[in-house]
Amino acid sequence: MTETKQSHGMNIHARRFISYLVLILLSFLCLIWFYILFINATRSNAELTRGFTPIPSSYLVTNWQNLLKGTLPVVRGMGNSFIVAGLSAVLCTYFSTMTAYAIHAYNFKLKKFMFTFILMIMMIPTQVTALGFIQFMTKLKLMDSFIPLIVPTIAAPVTFFYMKQYMDSVLPMSLVEAARIDGAGEFRIFNTIVLPLMKPAIAVQAIFTFVTSWNNYFQPALILHTDTKKTLPILIAQLRSADFLKFDMGQVYVMIAFSIFPVIIVYLILSKYIVGGVTTGGVKG
Amino acid sequence: MKKKQSKVVQYNRWGYYFLIPFVVVYLLFQFVPLVTTIYNSFFENYRSGLKQIGPNFIGLGNYVKILSNADLWKYAGNTMIMWIIGFLPQIITSLLLGAWFTDPSLRLRGQRFFKTVIYLPNLIMASAFAMLFFTLFSDSGPVNSILMQLGIISKPFTFLSNTTAARSLVGAMNYIMWFGNTTILLMAGMMGIDTALFEAAQVDGATSTQIFFRITLPLLRPILVYVLITSLIGGIQMFDVPQILTNGTGDPARNTMTMIMWLNKHLYSKNFGMGGALSVLLFIITGVLSMIVYKTSSSSEVN
Repeated sequence: MTETKQSHGMNIHARRFISYLVLILLSFLCLIWFYILFINATRSNAELTRGFTPIPSSYLVTNWQNLLKGTLPVVRGMGNSFIVAGLSAVLCTYFSTMTAYAIHAYNFKLKKFMFTFILMIMMIPTQVTALGFIQFMTKLKLMDSFIPLIVPTIAAPVTFFYMKQYMDSVLPMSLVEAARIDGAGEFRIFNTIVLPLMKPAIAVQAIFTFVTSWNNYFQPALILHTDTKKTLPILIAQLRSADFLKFDMGQVYVMIAFSIFPVIIVYLILSKYIVGGVTTGGVKG
Repeated sequence: MKKKQSKVVQYNRWGYYFLIPFVVVYLLFQFVPLVTTIYNSFFENYRSGLKQIGPNFIGLGNYVKILSNADLWKYAGNTMIMWIIGFLPQIITSLLLGAWFTDPSLRLRGQRFFKTVIYLPNLIMASAFAMLFFTLFSDSGPVNSILMQLGIISKPFTFLSNTTAARSLVGAMNYIMWFGNTTILLMAGMMGIDTALFEAAQVDGATSTQIFFRITLPLLRPILVYVLITSLIGGIQMFDVPQILTNGTGDPARNTMTMIMWLNKHLYSKNFGMGGALSVLLFIITGVLSMIVYKTSSSSEVN
């Protein structure tokens, strides 16, 4: 096989070498920023102003303590981000599975219409309805509350679509029918039979929803105003708009690391499932 | 028999019950806001100093005003330029990596490691990543310090005061964050191609370059269209990175100001008339683009 290929086009070894070289360069391009971030988070402001060195220093804990003493409510911010992202992930996956089950398991008049409709609204960005969203939330007295950031994830077309596809491949209707014969109600069947079968898909989508919510900046910045309610991305933006030179750069780096590294750690543990789950749906940049 | 049928119909009513949460939440948090956004776009409604002007119905007045506003076209141009700076290298890299990963004769090792690494930046908080780039590329930041230590430049290069450099930074960040995602999407498409086609081409003596351009690329067209348009929709939504990088100013000379950054400004200054018109324009553009995705993906499913 390889013999015939060598006679045409480039030598297989040369091609393999180029592929590895490019892959290593791209990996470097992806990772270098986090390496610099880590190094700089361990250095003091004085060391940082002296220029870059690739060796970590010993100020990580000091920088962290200084950050805690500062005016930015970082721990509170992380707690807020956790609450919003965690609840979003739970509500989004539970109700998206429910919506997918409705379309998957039942025959009703509006079924085809609903399915098409959800696919059509999949790509509509939340930004274009933000204006009406804030006005309506103001009317409902929900401004400066977490509800407008959590509850809307119940209607998540992308998660729905993923769940629907997964259901098509793992959920045989005979299983549901057997449970019906045993006298189980529809809602109980959904909770005790369908949900456990969907666990792998729920896990993947829970991570995606969590990360999307954790990283979200546009909407929380419009909704949340009180300092104690702000999420991490808003605090990052505040850090950016603060008078830069007054800042201890060591603290700035620790703060960035603090918002990025939790997600990286979770990702590295679960990467097998995440990378496999990318292929379905979603709007990109 | 009759009894059983009515029971099935009863089951099927649960289809509607299970749809209630989605429909209610969609109506409340997306549909009502969409309608009120459109409604707002027909009213003159803004603040001039401490004085509130409107709301007065002015029909399509806001649209006339915004479409004849040079800023709209400037910001639309900025958004497109920065999207292209990120997208072109992204699609080239992704096609190349996808072809290598799926080429059985190359037998690349460590594929899982590389996929994990290139997808990693996609999960990073865009605002934190932009803040990181801001500090790294600032005048006294590590990048300037490294370049000076290497003797490439003698005094700091002001990346954020140079239009090309600032736009390229935004494009580069988008590239780093998204090429892994695109690679994985394209790979899924490439693995769906019947390997018999590749084998037949190899027997006929085609080189891997020929196979790529004559077989892989044409068969990949539906998924390429999907990637292109979803990325374009994502590009239109570009906000976090330039907003944080430039602290919302879109500097230098508002050359990195995107359409959503402009919308954000309208929302903060409570200029609801113009903000509404801008939202509706963006809604129409993304709507048309998603229709194209929907059409191409449903037609490729039939094939």
